[in-house]
Amino acid sequence: MRNVQKALVYGLLLVGCVISLLPMVWMVSASLMETGAANQYPPKLFPERVTFEHYRALFTRLNLGRYLLNSAFIATTVTVLSLLINSMAGYAFAKLRFRGRDRTFRFLTLGLVIPVQVSMLPLFLLMREMGLINTYWGVIIPGMASIFGIFLIRQYALSIPDDLIDAARMDGAGEFRIYWSVILPVVRPILATLAIWTFLSTWNDFMWPLIVLSDDSMFTLPVALANLSGERVQDTELMMAGSVLTTLPVMLVFVLLQRYYVEGITMGSVKG
Amino acid sequence: MRADRLRRSAFGSRAVWLLLSATAVLSCSSGRGADDVTTLRFWGMGREGEVVAELMAGFHRENPDIRVRVQQIPWTAAHEKLLTGFVGGAMPDVAQLGNTWIAEFAAINALEPLDAWIARSAELSAGEYFDGIWSTNVVSDTVWGVPWYVDTRVIFYRTDLLSQAGYDSMPRTWDGWVAAMHAVKRIAGPDRYAIFLPTNEWAQPALLGLQNGSTLLNADGTRGAFSEPSFREAFEFYLSLYRDGLAPPMGHYDVANPYQEFGRGFFAMWITGPWNLGEFQRRLPAETQGSWSTAPMPGPDRAENGVSLAGGASLVMYRDTDHPEAAWKLIEYLSRPEQQQRFYELTGSLPARTAAWEGSDLATAPLTRAFWEQLQHVEPLPAVPEIESIMSRLIEHSEASIRGGTSAADALAALDRDTDRMLEKRRWMLGRARERP
Amino acid sequence: MSRAGWYFVAPALVLIGIFFFIPVAGSLLLSLTDFDIYAIADRGNARFVGLRNYADMFGNSVFWIAVRNTFYFALVGGPLTVAASLAAALLINARVVRYKSFFRTIFFIPFVTTLVAVAIVWRYLYHPQYGMLNYALGWFGVAPIDWLGDPRTAMPAIIMLAIWKNFGYNMLIFIAGMQTIPSELYEAAELDGAGAIRQFRHITLPMLAPTFLFVGVITMIGYFQLFAEPYVMTAGGPLRSTTSLVLLMYEEGFRWWRMGAAASVAFILFAIILVWTLVQFRLQREAA
Repeated sequence: MRNVQKALVYGLLLVGCVISLLPMVWMVSASLMETGAANQYPPKLFPERVTFEHYRALFTRLNLGRYLLNSAFIATTVTVLSLLINSMAGYAFAKLRFRGRDRTFRFLTLGLVIPVQVSMLPLFLLMREMGLINTYWGVIIPGMASIFGIFLIRQYALSIPDDLIDAARMDGAGEFRIYWSVILPVVRPILATLAIWTFLSTWNDFMWPLIVLSDDSMFTLPVALANLSGERVQDTELMMAGSVLTTLPVMLVFVLLQRYYVEGITMGSVKG
Repeated sequence: MRADRLRRSAFGSRAVWLLLSATAVLSCSSGRGADDVTTLRFWGMGREGEVVAELMAGFHRENPDIRVRVQQIPWTAAHEKLLTGFVGGAMPDVAQLGNTWIAEFAAINALEPLDAWIARSAELSAGEYFDGIWSTNVVSDTVWGVPWYVDTRVIFYRTDLLSQAGYDSMPRTWDGWVAAMHAVKRIAGPDRYAIFLPTNEWAQPALLGLQNGSTLLNADGTRGAFSEPSFREAFEFYLSLYRDGLAPPMGHYDVANPYQEFGRGFFAMWITGPWNLGEFQRRLPAETQGSWSTAPMPGPDRAENGVSLAGGASLVMYRDTDHPEAAWKLIEYLSRPEQQQRFYELTGSLPARTAAWEGSDLATAPLTRAFWEQLQHVEPLPAVPEIESIMSRLIEHSEASIRGGTSAADALAALDRDTDRMLEKRRWMLGRARERP
Repeated sequence: MSRAGWYFVAPALVLIGIFFFIPVAGSLLLSLTDFDIYAIADRGNARFVGLRNYADMFGNSVFWIAVRNTFYFALVGGPLTVAASLAAALLINARVVRYKSFFRTIFFIPFVTTLVAVAIVWRYLYHPQYGMLNYALGWFGVAPIDWLGDPRTAMPAIIMLAIWKNFGYNMLIFIAGMQTIPSELYEAAELDGAGAIRQFRHITLPMLAPTFLFVGVITMIGYFQLFAEPYVMTAGGPLRSTTSLVLLMYEEGFRWWRMGAAASVAFILFAIILVWTLVQFRLQREAA
């Protein structure tokens, strides 16, 4: 009975793995196929002849290297800056006493229910006034502080023992010094999670960069890919190569750092 | 340890950030480059946008101090990119603009008026273009664009099916046309049709209305004129084609592969544009190649009234350009008859300049001469910015009649109501402009 | 001490205030005007019109289609995604399974991928002639389906993509929740002769109730904001069958520059999400 159960469970898990991975496998496989090979009947799962011509085309004719750099630059900048800003705010909401602290925090959490699209139109007009349309900063600035990030850090920071902080204060350390040298090392796990989360969502962000960036030299990968797909919908293999290039970096980041990421999510939800 | 790794990675990423931001700052000053090279930004759409880059080599040779950077935008995103670019202040110097959008961009002051440039130019003038096409670029007596390629609708038809029905050429009047369609239908039977009129396209009812003398909107484009007799008669004619079983009550999406259907005789006629010249040759079954041709639109009572839509795209110069002379040179270059000719060969998009037609066999070749004839009788849609929204409403209301049973009078009354509502802002603005000194 | 706290939160508050809350308030204001392309050229061309945008929206058939589509997506896709996540979590958490973290990683990979990229991949998988899905269905004798070209199947196709992409995230949360259930409860139940299904119904489900609420709320909030999939795969078609509220807002605002109308759609969406979230909380509390 137990063996049947085991076989059933493993069987279902295997089916799940196939479903999860098949589109990705086909994506990589089609990107290596010769032009036109992906559009045949019956469809093939693996290429008959492997070719890198589409990747070559993407990097030479279609400038995808530039878009890759753009995505990397923007995602890294947002991650670094937002870690700093969100952790400062999250720590302060958790541990520092100041007037109106809890009321302000409650007001902030209300913002979590507002879909971000509500702000997009006036934000676009505001950025136009500030001359930030079609600039990297126009994409970076809205991502620099996030209510969700502050929430996550505050949640974690609440569990820091007060004695730790008081001891440092009694030693004469200034508030920023305490934050930098005492708090940050302690909240390292949630920082790692937030860093990965921010990097992933900034890299994958589509709607706002689509709206703000009009010069194609500044496109991020998702925007460039959508632009390319509007034109080249017939070139299956080329589009798949573009998709691989867009997805691969974040998948690598995730797979290498997944332990921190998973810890953070499960912690945040269970504590929540 | 983990702390060091994180701190090191934070530090490392900061170094990367500094490096990249330096690169970004440096790259931000693009467009100016060396003092003696002017960089022009050109936005092209669709296939034309892809191909135009090939034409630039010749331009660069002639003008070594100008370099053109072509950016391609898919048609699906073109309208929003153009407007978003305008609002955000990130416009190109020269762009390809569909001529139904010219009124809109002129209304928001995005374009540079070209009258003075054209007057001074030795290379081009209004007389060298099809009249109907040229007038699509004129709004409020100012010329805003130079036509680049043209597009109009003619009838593509199966010559064999038509001759089986007893006709060796397409009739030139509505009555003759309907008689031919009935003859084809009699042979085709209840499961097939004479003509494919996709219910979700506005081109057909619009051009029939224009043929019957309707202007679609009133004189200053502030109210709908769809309930007027000139449009109503044309609309009822359009509906009768479905009612009498001559056209299937289907939209584009209902016919999976129209080329296949045309090939197997599901319908014998199809009102469509020049892009299908190439598509027909590529996609029709082999047996049908050679059994199809094109013919100009029949008119309500005379051949000359068989007008069609004046479509296509123009080259426009944006008002904020820093390099108007260079931009104008590019426009002139792309308008040369040889470049128009070459452009046609590369894209299949018909040249706007009549010299390009006369200098080649386009005006006389069996498949394209229908377009040559038709282009002598084309009319623009009303030049109001809201026209595209109004046309999509036309689709909705005509579908309600074709498939939902609404009477023509009710559908057109509803269309007029919608149109009036959409034009309310325009009425208000024109009213204000009249009040101001 | 009181001041230091403000210095710490100031950067975040300033950024969120200027680049989020103020635009949200601006949206409300915008929705009460007829701000459009004419107003971009000259701000004097914008007029205050009160609630007319909302009235026009409620009279616009495309708006109601978008509402219907958005609810269809959320109310069908949401529960299916949660169910898939629960199933995956149960499988991984089963005692007989080793290499849990391996399976967990694999199931999570779809969530990490870039939506635009996978939407493009799935568009090809859905191809009526050359797509893998129709090919696989062909083995079971199913005729080819024009997934993205048929108005009846386009939204289900997008729902399938959404389930595939998102089930991993909720799965992690369910696993975390399940791991807090004491194993003694299961052991006791087994001694009492309860089978797997009864254990699930009487132990797992009740103990996961708060997790269900959390997962349900965040999934629905996310799904009401459907945009990228229809934008990339179907452009809101065929026949408007995949036009969501956010896609409608995008079209009205950035394609036609009817910004007043677009802002009204955004606020209606906000109201829908708010009401729905409150309803969900209420229902859960009453069920508990």
